[in-house]
Amino acid sequence: MSAQVKAAIQARSEIQLPVSNTFILTSVLAALFLNGLPWEGIWLMLRPDFVAVVLLYWCMHKPWRLGVGISWSVGIIADVADASLFGQHALAYTLLAFGGVVLNNRMQMFNLRQQTIQVFGILALTYAVYALVHWQVNGYVVWLYFLGCLTSTLLWPPLCIMFQAMRQKRVDRE
Amino acid sequence: MDSTQSFRFFNRGPSSVVRLVFFAALSLLLLFVDARYRYLESTRSALSILVTPIQRLATVPGALWQMAGDLYITQSRQHSLIAENDELNRRHQLDAAQLLQYQTMQSENQQLRNLAALPLRNEFTAQLVEITYAERDVFKRRVLVNKGENTSIRIGQVVMDDIGIVGQVTRVYPWLSEVTLITEKDHAVPVQVLRNGTRAIVFGAGDTSQLSLRYMPVSSDVQIDDILVTSGIDGIYPPGIPVAKVITVERDPAYPFAHIVCLPLAGVDKNRHLLILSEMPKLPERPLEQSASGDAEKRAKTRRKN
Repeated sequence: MSAQVKAAIQARSEIQLPVSNTFILTSVLAALFLNGLPWEGIWLMLRPDFVAVVLLYWCMHKPWRLGVGISWSVGIIADVADASLFGQHALAYTLLAFGGVVLNNRMQMFNLRQQTIQVFGILALTYAVYALVHWQVNGYVVWLYFLGCLTSTLLWPPLCIMFQAMRQKRVDRE
Repeated sequence: MDSTQSFRFFNRGPSSVVRLVFFAALSLLLLFVDARYRYLESTRSALSILVTPIQRLATVPGALWQMAGDLYITQSRQHSLIAENDELNRRHQLDAAQLLQYQTMQSENQQLRNLAALPLRNEFTAQLVEITYAERDVFKRRVLVNKGENTSIRIGQVVMDDIGIVGQVTRVYPWLSEVTLITEKDHAVPVQVLRNGTRAIVFGAGDTSQLSLRYMPVSSDVQIDDILVTSGIDGIYPPGIPVAKVITVERDPAYPFAHIVCLPLAGVDKNRHLLILSEMPKLPERPLEQSASGDAEKRAKTRRKN
């Protein structure tokens, strides 16, 4: 058995740890909170989309718990919070969730670095859809907006490790 | 372990594609409706109830940061505060001096006003009214104003604006009163020429916003640009209020009277707010004319009896 497969199996067993609905809900609310902090100027451009990353995490690890539908609902809430058009975040998050669900199994065969590259693709698609809608409606695109895609991707590994650790701790306690 | 895990297989594949298509289509529909028609504002405000607590919470760290910053006032900040305080003090003194000046000027102004105001003008009080309706008949120069019997307005009271005479109350309703403008056909105002005191009567022309000075002899001393003010002679109009200005004087010896046209000084057709003056103190009746008219009445009565 090669080391990679072993690692994959280990990852799988870790990923299939139980997770409470409260934990998922709390993480999404925390992400909304972090998105709502008063970011300004270049920091707003550099701000990772916490909500997108958290949703993607859950879509990849627990697709039967948090799937396309819930992502869409969270997107609607994000639309209200950001005062963007109704459906703008929702559309982006729907595609994001679909990407997460489709790559669910495949992702678990990769290590974190390889995952991150794939995540970058999904996030780039999400950002592109959001920007496309903005361009269609308002007629211009702020290219610096795509910086957030990079920071979101950079957020992925620490977030993965953190969530994994938190779930592990929960299991140990039980 | 999750109990739902065994159903994982069924939850993937076509199902999530269907969901993707459904939710993406829904999003696009919402986008279209929101961008084009803005129908969803009520939904937005309803959903914002969910979002507001999170947003409120998100402002807390910033506020805390500011409070912490206020708490630890550094040395340089203290210096800037002292400087600011000095600056404010200085400005306060300057402003206080100016305020004092202003107050003295105000009292001085009041005094001058008291001195300059015509004593006659202080004798009557006025009610401010607003024009409610304008007369729809083009041949009548009348307006309806928003006060009537409820504020004890009487027929015959004089209506003016800030410049001069506008008209007279001719009808009083419970909540409205009708004002006939001085430009109404044959509406008469007793006037004096301000320059030399010549008495005259100015009549409304009716069809235009002009006035005419009738029954003035060709030789009478009226010039263009003469100002006509009320004479106060028959006790209806208070004396000394501007009425009109002479614009043309035609002296044709073929006619006994000069043809004199005036324009009203007050904004007869312009203003929205008018003043209704309280009634003038009654003058003692003219004894001769009264008895004469009384006789005429008696005569008429007796005629009717017969």
